[in-house]
Amino acid sequence: MSSESMTTENAELAALAESVFADARAEGTGFDAGLWSTLEETGLARLTLPSDAGGSEGTLADAAVVLAAAGAHAARVPLVETDLLAGWLLHTSGIELPAGPLTAVRGELDVDGDRVRGRLARVPWARAAASVAVLTPARVVLLGPDALTVTDGTNVAEEPRDLVQVAGPALAVAPAPGEVAEELRLRAALGRALLLAGAARGALAASVGYAGEREQFGRPIGRFQAVQQQLALAAAEVAAASAAASAAAATAMAGGIRSDAGRFAIAAAKARTSEAAGAVARIAHQVHGAIGFTREHDLRLLTTRLWAWRDEDGSDAEWNAHLGAAVLAAGAEGLWPQITGEP
Amino acid sequence: MGPVTSTLPRLPALVPPPADLPPRAAALRADVRAFLAEERAAGLWTPRADVWLSGWDERFTRELARRGWLGMTIPQTYGGHGASPLDRYVVTEELLAAGAPVAAHWVADRQIGPTLMRFGTDAQRRRFLPGIAAGEVYFGIGMSEPDAGSDLAAVRTRAVQVDGGWELTGTKVWTSGAHRAHAFFALARSGPRDEQNRHAGLSQFIVLLDAPGVQIRPIPLLTGAHHFNEVVFDRVFVPDDMVLGEIGAGWRQVTGELAFERSGPERFLSTFPLLTALVGELAGTKGSEREIGGLVARLWTLRRMSLAVAASLESGEAPELAAAVVKDLGTRYENEVIDVARLLVTIPPDPGAEGGYARLLADAVLHAPGFTLRGGTNEVLRGIVARGMGLR
Repeated sequence: MSSESMTTENAELAALAESVFADARAEGTGFDAGLWSTLEETGLARLTLPSDAGGSEGTLADAAVVLAAAGAHAARVPLVETDLLAGWLLHTSGIELPAGPLTAVRGELDVDGDRVRGRLARVPWARAAASVAVLTPARVVLLGPDALTVTDGTNVAEEPRDLVQVAGPALAVAPAPGEVAEELRLRAALGRALLLAGAARGALAASVGYAGEREQFGRPIGRFQAVQQQLALAAAEVAAASAAASAAAATAMAGGIRSDAGRFAIAAAKARTSEAAGAVARIAHQVHGAIGFTREHDLRLLTTRLWAWRDEDGSDAEWNAHLGAAVLAAGAEGLWPQITGEP
Repeated sequence: MGPVTSTLPRLPALVPPPADLPPRAAALRADVRAFLAEERAAGLWTPRADVWLSGWDERFTRELARRGWLGMTIPQTYGGHGASPLDRYVVTEELLAAGAPVAAHWVADRQIGPTLMRFGTDAQRRRFLPGIAAGEVYFGIGMSEPDAGSDLAAVRTRAVQVDGGWELTGTKVWTSGAHRAHAFFALARSGPRDEQNRHAGLSQFIVLLDAPGVQIRPIPLLTGAHHFNEVVFDRVFVPDDMVLGEIGAGWRQVTGELAFERSGPERFLSTFPLLTALVGELAGTKGSEREIGGLVARLWTLRRMSLAVAASLESGEAPELAAAVVKDLGTRYENEVIDVARLLVTIPPDPGAEGGYARLLADAVLHAPGFTLRGGTNEVLRGIVARGMGLR
């Protein structure tokens, strides 16, 4: 963080994001159109995009603040998909951004002039998106609803992960700029890590609150050392997840997402937040007892997201393997320089 | 909505915002690395695990001092270098990562210097700080007692006011390096015990370890190595000008000291030389990427947490909760390195080896019990975290 004013600005943004997401109703499934309107009105929907693309010119540190709040409140909107992924991909490719919620996916499409055919699996929020940006090996293709047949699917949090059949005209086609595939993957992992850290914090807050209210043996269960120790372990995981995700955003902001330090930080952050997700969800459910395991209680909105998101955009196993391969290639002498980011 | 998100604002901040090192740190880091490479090439020491407890090397300490890398945060008026704690952080993490012998100056450099700057008198600073920065004056810590471990407020060492000062009688234990150090800070009871306020009536004293009435006896580690000591006072006279801070404010002073002590790189790098050797054993092979990557992701995260706390401390805050979390996670991580190493490589530990993987594994295994005890047991730290979250 470079200055105090940055911290103050982030505090204001955090307060705004907190109020916007806390007011939304997280229960139910599918797209929250009311919340999306608020995000568009407040400029949070396209936070990091340039103003000529209808964005608010925010930084990745700003995105970190907003996504942490979105995750903590289990927001039902394609915020990462619209701002960090599709918006960036289209703008980078010189395609004018359409209005409304967007989503992005990598896939193979047969492109013949402006006629496009293909099949895209597990597209996040496809049924709610005004347009879908597709990165094929050679092109960026923008598709509108007329060209799409959507079959609903979900992740374990009941978030849309739809099957999309493509047959029809593209709204725009452009050659894919170099290295966008890697950057898209890194952006998705960073966004997901930030959401995970937020959801982990939300699950911890719910557990601490519940432990202070629920009484057994004549006192709140949070008075028992056994419960306190478990919640402290969860707090450590939440702290690690938050630190990893926000440090990755700061590193990517300072040196670029595709810089060596940015790549390393995002890989480590997605791995660490995914690892924390399981531990936090397990302790949250143990503390909540049977009620947390039912649909009557809202804890599931956070824990199912922790379980879904830890495996999306690269699981801890995948990103750890990626980091481990880099470390083993560099050998013993290269280990500490990689950790510090200073060769 | 319901109970889930309505509780969110009540949760305290568990980690300060991310912080980066200042740009000048890169040049300093390069200098330290060049120095360490030179020393190792000359065979002056071998990388070891847990060096801040076991690596006592006064020559090495003086070499660091000669380069301006001790007492870095002490003002120049007192013989130091007036540098920022983040500069010290860079030097410290490089030394620990290399497994260099830092034990001689460790306590003096980490906490005695800063504590004297916070609570010491001008005369006390003039007396001790130049020697600390020169790598010639070594200190210990006199907190724990036979019946006061995690429950530090139970200390029984008595300080009785006499003409011109205080007379200390009692026993301190687990004092690392007392048999080689010049002085330590002793926490003693200077007022009557008050069961309503157990933290009242405690004071800190600077005790010279060669003073009449001080007896130092070794308490060998389970390996037989001599690092710990029992320090017994029998009516040891401490003049008024060697009282540290205020009489009766000992608890507040000591807990402030602990916040600095809990979040530094020594809380997750004690077994890093073993990890380096493990990577050396596995370099160029396939099949262990996930496990190695897991250790690397966790280490990168711990370092970023620790840096965030360091920057927060520098800006005058006291992130007690975050410091406790770093120590809990970090010291468990030091043990995880051993677990993963044993999973991936089948070389057995060898305490007699000169160096290398087998020796590092032996030292790490044999020192591991201390990682999650020193500086406050992890269970006590989790109690601090639980209290911070409003649970007790």
